[in-house]
Amino acid sequence: MSFSLFIEQLLNGVQFGVMLFLISAGLTLVFGIMNLINLAHGALYMSGAFIAAAMIKYTGNFFVAVVVAVVATAGIGAVMERLILRRFYARDHLDQVLVTFGLILVFNDLVRLVWGVVPVQLRLPGPFSGSVQLMAEVQYPAFRLVILAVGLLVALGLYFVVVHTRIGMWIRAGASNRPMASALGVDVGLIFSLVFAAGAALAGLAGLMAGAISSVQVGMGEPVLILALVVTVIGGIGSIRGAFLAALIIGIVDTFGRVLLPPALGSMVIFMLMAAILAWRPKGLFPVNA
Amino acid sequence: MQGHFHKAALAALAGSVSLVAQPWFATAAFAQAPIKIGFVTTMSGPEGVIGRDIADGFNLALKHIGPKMGGRDYQVVYGDDQVKPDVGRQVVDKMLESDKVQIMSGIIFSNVLLASVKPILDAGAFYISANAGPTAMAGKQCHPHFFGVAFQNDNNFEGLGQYLKDKGLKKIYFLAPNYPAGKDMAAGFKRFYKGEMAAEVFTAFGQLDYSAEIAQLRAAKPDAVVMFYPGGMGINFVKQYSQAGLMSQIPLFTGPGTVDQTTLPAIGEAALGMYIGAMWTEFGENPANKKFVADFEASYNRIPSQYAAMSYDTGRVINAAVEAVGGKIEDKAAFQKALENVKFDSVRGSFKFTPNHFPVQDYHLAQIEKDSKGRLVGAFRQTVLKDMGNAYGDDCKMPAP
Repeated sequence: MSFSLFIEQLLNGVQFGVMLFLISAGLTLVFGIMNLINLAHGALYMSGAFIAAAMIKYTGNFFVAVVVAVVATAGIGAVMERLILRRFYARDHLDQVLVTFGLILVFNDLVRLVWGVVPVQLRLPGPFSGSVQLMAEVQYPAFRLVILAVGLLVALGLYFVVVHTRIGMWIRAGASNRPMASALGVDVGLIFSLVFAAGAALAGLAGLMAGAISSVQVGMGEPVLILALVVTVIGGIGSIRGAFLAALIIGIVDTFGRVLLPPALGSMVIFMLMAAILAWRPKGLFPVNA
Repeated sequence: MQGHFHKAALAALAGSVSLVAQPWFATAAFAQAPIKIGFVTTMSGPEGVIGRDIADGFNLALKHIGPKMGGRDYQVVYGDDQVKPDVGRQVVDKMLESDKVQIMSGIIFSNVLLASVKPILDAGAFYISANAGPTAMAGKQCHPHFFGVAFQNDNNFEGLGQYLKDKGLKKIYFLAPNYPAGKDMAAGFKRFYKGEMAAEVFTAFGQLDYSAEIAQLRAAKPDAVVMFYPGGMGINFVKQYSQAGLMSQIPLFTGPGTVDQTTLPAIGEAALGMYIGAMWTEFGENPANKKFVADFEASYNRIPSQYAAMSYDTGRVINAAVEAVGGKIEDKAAFQKALENVKFDSVRGSFKFTPNHFPVQDYHLAQIEKDSKGRLVGAFRQTVLKDMGNAYGDDCKMPAP
């Protein structure tokens, strides 16, 4: 593997990693703080992609579409939390898995009803749909660089919010000891709604960016959900820092595993990695409630 | 008690009457029992779009055939395999046991077909494949009751191999999912293309992102890229190949079912200029095809894909054979003979079965361009192979009927 190819694959790995981070951030916070397993997170990811594709088609403006899709997905998340999931915080995980799995089916069929079974096109504006010359031998798709930049900015922003603001403090307090945080006067209900909506917005953002490079179709959220769960578990449930690190590790290991290992082994390598990390640290890299 | 005895006596009497009348009575019952056809395909999930095209093509054939085949009523039972071999197997078992289907078709994916085909054939039913044509069914596991109407999996890639050899292209980069059809296509390609292979890459089935593979192939600097990614995988690959700026640098070739009317709406203009090896295009000049394409567009308001065309032909193959035996498909040896010698106007023009029950037909090269209405279509470029059978005839010891 030449140096320029190594750089290009590293970019691919990091880009895949930040993408996974955007999807996992909401999942890990919801799981960590509200103790809720939300399998329907992938449905929010799919919603972001479909809404963005439709908005691009009707307005012709990519940036308007991004804003509308992210806000709308946050809204869908908030409604989902208020109407249904709120009732399941106190229930056991099996009940949560059942209701959120049911939500996946409902979302998939709603999307099928509105958009049909044929995958839809999410058209990128001209400059984003081509590639740029990064180095002499490295020509890289422009939109993947955008994903990279957006992902890193969001990670930085989340870090700032969680570590340096009052809301972030409440979130951390809620994640490490919920009854104590609520006894100290934190409005846990409000925090829950905010966190859920923010996680949904991030999933929608990830979905619309993924929709630009892969196909926008019914069920696109499920394969991604599995990887996001792997990231959440490796990183330590509820830890943003852990999710970021785990997402990058998985992105890079998966990318290099696919090109350097035989195919059967290459598609298994991240799960072997997960098993190894959990054997070493059963609560993940950065356990929140340690 | 006495009443019971009375009824039993009556029943016995009725029985003996019907026994006497058997020749007439049996034919009447025979003519009344409808032919049962089981159609299992992928209705749900991302690949449901292919299932919709296959089902629509088959239903259009039934519409053209009318309510009877060979003077006999028929019923079609539909099932969804969800692209899962285990689910497909369960649906097939249910159709064989409770619906008592006699003819089956519709399965898209080779791995699903291979899991389900044994119980179908063991139960004495016929399987007429509208798409999947795995090597095993053409060779060692060939069966008197199995017919592949579309192609043997290797075929279209044999055509591509021949074309690239004729063009004198030297270094070829090959990619496909790691499952039976992917291996079949690679084998078919290399059977006719004898030059250097830059690489043969097999990726996980259902992979979403091909950035790593595309970076590797760019670095290998091949003369051409040949890939087989059916359904959503193809959408992802072509979009990403185009976004990497490669479409104008390295020509991209694929077989049928990857870039067609089921995926082009989602790929969009990124697909312009790529090449397709195919045994059928929308623009086939024969009258059967013109009628099919026009009626399909009128009925479903979209251009048919090759999947729809092949299942349309499948429905008509079944009908032609049923007519040839006058509806008596219970005579399995006669029905098998009728299928082997089937005469119908294929949308592909000339068509007949090889001794191992796969098509003898022509293979063409098409290229994606815009039609007069601005829609993306596969436009005919040239015929590459004429009257091609398949390479597995010698491996097939077809048992006598």
